[in-house]
Amino acid sequence: MLSDQDRIFTNLYGLHDWRLAGARARGDWDGTAAILARGREAIVEEMKASGLRGRGGAGFPTGMKWSFMPKTVGDRPHYLVVNADESEPGTCKDRDIIRHDPHKLIEGCLVASFAMGANACYIYIRGEFYNEALHLQAAIDEAYAAGLIGRNACGSGFDFDLYLHRGAGAYICGEETALIESLEGKKGMPRLKPPFPAAVGLYGCPTTVNNVESIAVAPTILRRGAAWFSALGRPKNAGTKLFCISGHVNKPCNVEEELGIPLRELIDTYAGGVRGGWDNLLAVIPGGSSVPVLPKSICDTVLMDFDSLREVRSGLGTAAVIVMDKSTDIIKAIARLSQFYKHESCGQCTPCREGTGWMMRVMNRMVEGRAEIDEIDTLEQVTRQIEGHTICALGDAAAWPIQGLIRHFRPVVEERIHAYKAAHAVRMAAE
Amino acid sequence: MADTTPQAEPAHFAFDDESNAAIAKILARYPAGKQASAVLPLLDLAQRQMGRQTGSAWVPRVAMDEIARVLAMAPIRVYEVATFYLMFNTAPVGKFHLQVCTTTPCWLRGSDEVVAACRKATGIAGWKETSADGLFTMTEVECLGGCVNAPILQVNDDFYEDMDGPRTEALLAALKRGEVPQPGSMSGRQASAPEGGPTTLTSLTFTPAE
Repeated sequence: MLSDQDRIFTNLYGLHDWRLAGARARGDWDGTAAILARGREAIVEEMKASGLRGRGGAGFPTGMKWSFMPKTVGDRPHYLVVNADESEPGTCKDRDIIRHDPHKLIEGCLVASFAMGANACYIYIRGEFYNEALHLQAAIDEAYAAGLIGRNACGSGFDFDLYLHRGAGAYICGEETALIESLEGKKGMPRLKPPFPAAVGLYGCPTTVNNVESIAVAPTILRRGAAWFSALGRPKNAGTKLFCISGHVNKPCNVEEELGIPLRELIDTYAGGVRGGWDNLLAVIPGGSSVPVLPKSICDTVLMDFDSLREVRSGLGTAAVIVMDKSTDIIKAIARLSQFYKHESCGQCTPCREGTGWMMRVMNRMVEGRAEIDEIDTLEQVTRQIEGHTICALGDAAAWPIQGLIRHFRPVVEERIHAYKAAHAVRMAAE
Repeated sequence: MADTTPQAEPAHFAFDDESNAAIAKILARYPAGKQASAVLPLLDLAQRQMGRQTGSAWVPRVAMDEIARVLAMAPIRVYEVATFYLMFNTAPVGKFHLQVCTTTPCWLRGSDEVVAACRKATGIAGWKETSADGLFTMTEVECLGGCVNAPILQVNDDFYEDMDGPRTEALLAALKRGEVPQPGSMSGRQASAPEGGPTTLTSLTFTPAE
């Protein structure tokens, strides 16, 4: 079990003061000027050495992403944009960072922006996090007043402005280029890449978009050293991670643990176990709604990290663990996700705009069993026609849950269809 | 049902002093010439001002036109943004906007009961409808991002968490009496900590919370 001394988010549950005085008592803003004094290159190299992989879902190495920004600032300013549009079903970790540890995020914004030559940073927070945004804005105001950000931030000679921007209810804005479009005042429709944001991003300027958790852990990594962070977790899956354990567990909660913790240990140790005991487990969606569901047989042994979950054809995603016990109608659980993606498709690409609606309608029939057996294969094939054929990953995200259902629970889907046919055959015979 | 016919549309809209003070601060966040970035914040301001002035937080078309004028945008650019983002109400809503999350993590924890309790307490049959007394509008929303405290019922800006049928009925009864219960977990637990209290971070001591 990870020791409290190795936990980064020491106010995860909001038991302590979230304001500047409390944050300082927990070690935030300690020696920030000295970190900046190491210089851009040294900070980026330290982040690379830490092995930190992006905490927003894709798991791309954070230090490497930072290194993609132009080395010198030309006539276009650089921007850091922090993705606080946390909307992936099952995920509620950034919310806790923002409301309970906002100074970790703000200090991270300064350090990361400095490392990328960005004198301005925008935090794009989902509109529904209204009260959380109030905390964050108050913390930003405190940091300005204390000289930690603003002109000559922390006495470093570096000028840094940090702005909070509230979204207005659109899952798609969690996609980095849609987020940039939204921040520019447009509909959140993803952009074709290339050009990548590091070349042409916000207002046409070099931009890096990072998840809240990736940015918020950076100051601690830089204070305690890359070696400390990379010694936690597993090779290529370094460090600690916030896990969100929801669904059919006895005690749903958020918790920070090492990457690579066995799924079963995570659930049993922190979430009070599966409702009705481990043997009552049906399935787990291990990384937010977009990643394929896993049956109990895999959950028995799988480790919670990027590579282990990829090996079993799922993913760590945001590390949002959605637990379903044997009382769950698994077809309905996945069909509800199909409804989610249909609702959240921006409508730009035809395969996604039309496909998410089509998949939802077929999935809703599958819930009733009002389908033909060969339609299962048709549905599977359609998910393959959507996956990889759209500008952004929402099409993939809509396809994967259904693929996971068919891969692991095909007999349940077939049984439902047979039951429907049997019930209606009886009725027809009676008529 | 509240009046959502075109007659509900006011003849004109102007930002009041409170909103104008906020607009000045908002515009300062974006570079010169990039004031279109302020369209989401200004739509939000307009909706809040309508809430203050009329008791119904929504954005009429005349407000979108005013935002287009203030930000030097074509009105259609404001309309398309206002209709793309779910949080902007383009028709009047009740005093309390009940936004029920029914996405899978909330559904697994019993959002059906929350929906049923809302319907029972308000008499609202469908989605996006307003109760006869004008107090409540019910909207089905997607994941609110508080899944370990599911199910969640958002009322205006506040999340009520760890809900069930009886807690929902009690909450709505309080709102009808003019009380606004403290948001957060209705089971009384500490934020996202497990029921019964944290099992991690217990060996650390810091400045107590205010």
